[in-house]
Amino acid sequence: MSIRAEHINYLYGEGTAFEQYALKDVSFEIEDGQFIGLIGHTGSGKSTLIQHLNGLLRASSGKIYYNGEDIDQEGYDKKALRSHVGLVFQYPEHQLFEVDVFSDVCFGPKNQGLSNEVTEQRAREALIQVGLDERLWTQSPFELSGGQKRRVAIAGVLAMQPEVLILDEPTAGLDPRGRDEILDEISALHEEKGMTIILVSHSMEDIARYADRILVMSHGEKLFDAPPKEVFRHYQELERIGLAAPQITYVVRSLKEKGIALEDDITTVEEAKTAILRLLRKADGRA
Amino acid sequence: MIREITLGQYYPVDSVLHRMDPRTKLFGTMVFIVSLFLANSLAAYGVATVFLVLVIRLSKVPFSFMIRGLRAILFLLLISVSFNLFLTPGTEVFRIGFLRMTWEGLRLAGFMALRLIYLVIGSSVMTLTTTPNELTDGLEKSMGFLNRVGVPVHEVSMMMSIALRFIPILVEETDKIMKAQMARGADFESGNLIQKAKSMVPLLVPLFISAFRRATDLAMAMEARCYHGGEGRTKMKPLCYHRRDTMGYLVYAGYLLAIVLLRHFS
Repeated sequence: MSIRAEHINYLYGEGTAFEQYALKDVSFEIEDGQFIGLIGHTGSGKSTLIQHLNGLLRASSGKIYYNGEDIDQEGYDKKALRSHVGLVFQYPEHQLFEVDVFSDVCFGPKNQGLSNEVTEQRAREALIQVGLDERLWTQSPFELSGGQKRRVAIAGVLAMQPEVLILDEPTAGLDPRGRDEILDEISALHEEKGMTIILVSHSMEDIARYADRILVMSHGEKLFDAPPKEVFRHYQELERIGLAAPQITYVVRSLKEKGIALEDDITTVEEAKTAILRLLRKADGRA
Repeated sequence: MIREITLGQYYPVDSVLHRMDPRTKLFGTMVFIVSLFLANSLAAYGVATVFLVLVIRLSKVPFSFMIRGLRAILFLLLISVSFNLFLTPGTEVFRIGFLRMTWEGLRLAGFMALRLIYLVIGSSVMTLTTTPNELTDGLEKSMGFLNRVGVPVHEVSMMMSIALRFIPILVEETDKIMKAQMARGADFESGNLIQKAKSMVPLLVPLFISAFRRATDLAMAMEARCYHGGEGRTKMKPLCYHRRDTMGYLVYAGYLLAIVLLRHFS
């Protein structure tokens, strides 16, 4: 049970004067239950890549397997694939269209051909999962705040009960509280339901905190594919392609230069806190 | 998915034609269209063909881009050619049942087809070598005299350039929303007419909302930069004629003269 991409190439504007590689020989395998962070500068091919994974874009060459089956083969049910691999686009609130929140969330499961009862059941579950107040369910989605709209849109994909959930910058344009809430909900889906998550983000802090593996894209090519600590050790290369390591890594590095013996691979504030407290206690014990 | 709008698609290369003043090109296109309707002999069409081929060579745009626009008129072309072929009275070539093809029909159909094809290619040359902005600038300046009779020329051309500017944005937006709905299992292809129309709702509602949102944002941004209509507004790149434009006008004059003379002496 996995997603496997083999030598994916994708060309924009094939056969015209504007031909350009969007993806170049990208290969990877994503096991069930992983939490993947996908990072890269603007225009590095992240969004193009994730649209391949549920068959919205077709690779110019290369193969993608979902659970061992080639998704581009003749007669493969792409509609079923899209309900297994849920994709939440950037600014997903722009896709809302129904007269009220609840019917909008029902759109996905209804398209799956489920009965009204099951559809409504799933919509309710999804709306509870994203933590949207029940009083808002009957309102027009266009009357909600930005953060609430975003939740409705995410619920719209969750209601299809996908096994893999791909989110393209789900926190862009949200305030810090809205951002944390949405990330916590995503993390809960991963931990409680064992959902495979692929999170596209520009926030290295978020990626370091949640992901257990990072894919780094640069100019359409896969640059790194490793656990966060390993990837952020290459912070100089990351900076060269317009990314960075989490801020705390830089703080720890400066502290080390001042002669404080901290570990090398600290990537979250939590880790830094524990490490510093441990050092302080040791110092206390000696005194 | 939907990226096949040729009309108004600029092809970015550097050529004499690209550098020419848009007014010169607009006028040239007009001259060419008029000449097509004046031409009534093989020789005249020969001159038009030579002119068109030279212009295409000058533009450095690949020929395949020029003929893209033809797909849109293929149907019209077929109908007009077959009507002319079979419904023109004259000496018969052959007859199948009630359909009779005449020599006169053959001639007329041939000219008609050439005329339509040259018309489309001729105007494609202009749109492929001129950015939409240049085009509206050119139109605004050459239509400036209408201001005196109370036509808001600047406002109309501003609306035109905004509309043109928004076409690619809305195409992209449509593509995005379509994909987002497809990710939720929407199906835009199968089903009968009514089902298809219904499946457009999840696409059209978000599209309309985003178009209105963009329009208000743009209006706000324009006001924030003190836009107040055409009065007293200057341009960053005012249009002015160069030597190549004078050359252009001379070439048009010569070309038109040749066509008129051919019409009179044949």
